[in-house]
Amino acid sequence: MGALLGVLPFLAYTTIFLMIPTLIVVVGAFVNGKGRPTLGNLSALAQPQIVSAFMNSLLLSAVTAVLGAVFGALLAYAVSTARQSGPLRRMITSVCGVLAQFGGVTLAFAFGATVGLQGFLTLWLQKVGINLAGSTWLYEPNKGLMLVYTYFQIPLMLIVFLPAVEGLRPQWREAAESLGGSTWDYWRHVGGPILAPSFIGAMLLLFTNAFSAYATAAALISQGSPIIPLQIGDTFSSEVILGQENVGKAMALGMVAIVAVVMTLYVVLERRTSRWLAR
Amino acid sequence: MKLRAARRRKQTIFRRVVVGLIGLFFALPLLAMVEFTTRAPGGGRTLQTWTTLFNLAAIDANYPELKTGIQASAGLVLLTVAIMLVMLVPTMTWIRLRVPGMRRLVEFICLLPLTIPAIVLVVGLAPVYAWVAYFLGESSLWLAFAYVVLVLPYAYRALDAGLSAIDVKTLAEAARSLGAGWPTVMWRIILPNMRTAVLSASFLSVALVLGEFTIANLFSRENLQVAINQLGKRDDSLATAAALAALILAFIVLFAMSFVGAARGSHRPEEN
Repeated sequence: MGALLGVLPFLAYTTIFLMIPTLIVVVGAFVNGKGRPTLGNLSALAQPQIVSAFMNSLLLSAVTAVLGAVFGALLAYAVSTARQSGPLRRMITSVCGVLAQFGGVTLAFAFGATVGLQGFLTLWLQKVGINLAGSTWLYEPNKGLMLVYTYFQIPLMLIVFLPAVEGLRPQWREAAESLGGSTWDYWRHVGGPILAPSFIGAMLLLFTNAFSAYATAAALISQGSPIIPLQIGDTFSSEVILGQENVGKAMALGMVAIVAVVMTLYVVLERRTSRWLAR
Repeated sequence: MKLRAARRRKQTIFRRVVVGLIGLFFALPLLAMVEFTTRAPGGGRTLQTWTTLFNLAAIDANYPELKTGIQASAGLVLLTVAIMLVMLVPTMTWIRLRVPGMRRLVEFICLLPLTIPAIVLVVGLAPVYAWVAYFLGESSLWLAFAYVVLVLPYAYRALDAGLSAIDVKTLAEAARSLGAGWPTVMWRIILPNMRTAVLSASFLSVALVLGEFTIANLFSRENLQVAINQLGKRDDSLATAAALAALILAFIVLFAMSFVGAARGSHRPEEN
């Protein structure tokens, strides 16, 4: 019994700052402003702007997960052919670590300086006769946001996927070659199938990463709230309509449900992956 | 052998092309930030923005929000790392020594924040922070409580790897049999043996706290990123410079970390 006391501070802390907040979201999604049970918050999710925000978020996350996974995997493979502790690899993994975690406000300014109204690329393209400045494409979820999100998805893919690529043993390649297999044969029958579960798993992780992201969009978009994290953020600042006090919690619950489904798939895949890549 | 040499050559070309192209995509926005912050009013180049950014007196006088933001983030970094280490290292050590049955539960709790987006956490934390403000006041520093939750998964993994690499039980029993109390065991036996893990957990926390925006912004508190975002409405150029400077700072922190990891490898060649 005394030994359990040692874990108590940790449990107390995580109860207050993790468990209780989670419960507040789950319970709050099912009660109204007066604390009575209701399904009204959930049915309020059917409002057109919330439905379209969910749709935008899902599309944005799916597209950037695929783009990030494809380019990130290429980059990871390219990096894995370099020397193990060489400067190129150390440099790239550190840069990716920063860019994957450090998005948000910085990216909003970076892309503002590149393709914003006074951006470097915008001004340069104007000279050749292409006008980017006239439209608001940078602030639209299916154009500019996709570009900016891809910018932090590729580095995350590198970090998640590099260990899997490094798990490919050179002997497998040599075995395929000594049996007369070409590079294509090797990837089609050996490398591809082995990496497939980790590739899809990493893609799922990228999906939840984009789906959960708030800071980048919040810093970039000043008008409207086209994606679901911004809709939830709005419930903090704006006046809430009577009877809809807890719609924010219902939206939050919806997000958790989607992330939970994707993460479960991820865990299942992860188990499959470890079969081949375990050392 | 010939096959291998040919493949190596192909791989080198492939590596240069891929790293070059994707590198260009990554470099362009960062270079654009440099270009944007060095523009002179009449055309041409000036370092005016950057000298202002590093002129503490000018920042103090003209951009107080940036100063408060930097101070708040510095405090948050220290407090978050302190709480994280003081809470996690003894708990995780204790679990390995005395209550291994709790390990799954603690791991589950530590990894849970991965499935809860920060924006969702904010929704649930709002009432909790109403109490924090009631007992401790409105200071931005208390955001550290929430930041510890955000860094839990990363810190847990780093520390767990460190603890797995040493024989905690034998070390602790040896120290205890020589008459050391638990605080001595923690401070003089466990901690020095997992320096690398503690450092990487701390570095990750530093990078995460320096970049945090969501929670601070929605709770209307001050930190570096919130300050930079506000500054952008007033002085775009200076805000862009500050954002780039923070990014470079975070890069230096993580780059230093990659050497810490390498140092471990060279000391323990027998480990995989």
